[in-house]
Amino acid sequence: MMEELAALAQWHNVRFMAEGLWITLRISGLTIAFSFILGTLLGVMRYSGHWLLARIAAVYIESFRASPLILLILLFRFTMPLKPVNSGTLAMTLFTAAIVGEIVRGGLNSVDKGQWEAARSQGFTWWQTMQHIVLPQALRKMIPPLTGQFITVVKDTSYVWVVGVQELTGKGVIILGQHGSTL
Amino acid sequence: MDRFAAFKWQALFRDWHILLEGLGRTASTAGLALLLALALGVLFGVLATAPWRSGRTVSRLYVSLIQNTPLVTQVFFLYYALPHFDIMLPTPVVGVLGLGVYHGAYVTEVVRAGIQAIHRGQLEAALSQGFSYVQAMRYVILPQAAQIVLPPMTNQAVALIKNSSILAMISGGDLMFQADSWSASTGYYGPAYLTVWAIYFAICFPLAQLARRWEERVRLSRGGEVTAA
Repeated sequence: MMEELAALAQWHNVRFMAEGLWITLRISGLTIAFSFILGTLLGVMRYSGHWLLARIAAVYIESFRASPLILLILLFRFTMPLKPVNSGTLAMTLFTAAIVGEIVRGGLNSVDKGQWEAARSQGFTWWQTMQHIVLPQALRKMIPPLTGQFITVVKDTSYVWVVGVQELTGKGVIILGQHGSTL
Repeated sequence: MDRFAAFKWQALFRDWHILLEGLGRTASTAGLALLLALALGVLFGVLATAPWRSGRTVSRLYVSLIQNTPLVTQVFFLYYALPHFDIMLPTPVVGVLGLGVYHGAYVTEVVRAGIQAIHRGQLEAALSQGFSYVQAMRYVILPQAAQIVLPPMTNQAVALIKNSSILAMISGGDLMFQADSWSASTGYYGPAYLTVWAIYFAICFPLAQLARRWEERVRLSRGGEVTAA
C-alpha cells in the first residue's frame, strides 16, 4: 500500500494535480468575483420593489435557484460558442449570482427601516441612501452566509469536469485511471 | 435560433418516455437518499448535543469531513475508487449512498440547531421525571424540534433533488442523464436541457415556496411564545 502511494507521489503526478488545482482556483475566483457583482445587483433590484426590475430579478433568481448546476453547465456548453472552461465559469457565475441575490436581499431586509427614513429626511436620494447607508450595513450581516456560499463555489467547481474541464477532481479521476491497476 | 428549431422539440416529445424513465429514477434515488439522510441526520444531530464528549467528536468529524469536500469527489470515490478495493457497488446504490451521506451531514446541522432551540428546561424536566436521555430525546425534545426543523429540512430536500443530477456523471439513468444521452445521440441539446430545466423547476420551486411559508409560520409562532412568556 505505501509503495503504491509512493508511486503516485511522483513529480509529474504532483505537477499534473497542481495544474488542476490552478484551474479550480481560477474558476472559483472568477465565479466569486462576478457572482458577487451580479448578485448584489439582483438583490438590490428585488429589494427595491420596482414593478419591473423587482419582477425581473425574482424570475431570474427563482429559475436559476431551482435548476441543478450540472444542468446549466451542460446547457451552456452545448448551446454557446464558448470554450468548456468559459461556459462552465459562466454557468457557475449565473447560478451563484441567484443565490447571492437572495443573501443580499436578506441582508437588506435586516437593516432597520429607520435608517431609510433618517437618510431620506436628510436629503439623500434613494440611490445615495442605498449606496452609503443601507448597503454597507447589510454587507456586514451578509458576510457569514456569503462565506458559506463561496466555499460551496469552490466545491462546486468539480461539476465542470462533466464537460471535460480537467480541474482538481478531473485530474484525480485521470490519475486514478492510470494507476488504478496498481492500487 | 436553429439550436432550438421546432422539429427538434417534436423529436424530443416523441421520445418523452425517456425523460419519464429518468424522472422515475431521480424520484426513487432522491426519496431513498432523503430517508438515509434523515436517519443519519437525526443520529448525528442527537450525538452532537449529547452529554458524551466522544459522541460530539464523532458527529463533528462526520459533518466537517463531508461538508468540506465536494459531492462529486465523494460519489467518484464510491464509484471509481472502491472497486480498486474489491468493493463493487451498483450505480443506484452509489447514488443513494453518496447523496444520503452527503446531505446527512447538512441534516445533522439542521437537527442540532433544532434541538438547541428547545429550552434546556424541557430536557431537565424530562430527566428529573425518570426519562433516560434517549427517552427524553425521543418523546420530549425531538417532537418539539421537528416543527422548527421542517422548513430547513424542506430546503435540504430541494437541494438533494437538484444534487441527484450528480447521477448523470456516473451514468446513473436519472433525468439529467437521460436528457444528456438523448441529446448526445440526436445532437438536439437545447430542447432537451430546457425541458429538463422546466421539470426541475416544477418540482423544486413549489417545495421552496412551501419551505418559505412554513418558515414564516414557525417564526411567528415562536415569536408569539416569547412575548407570551
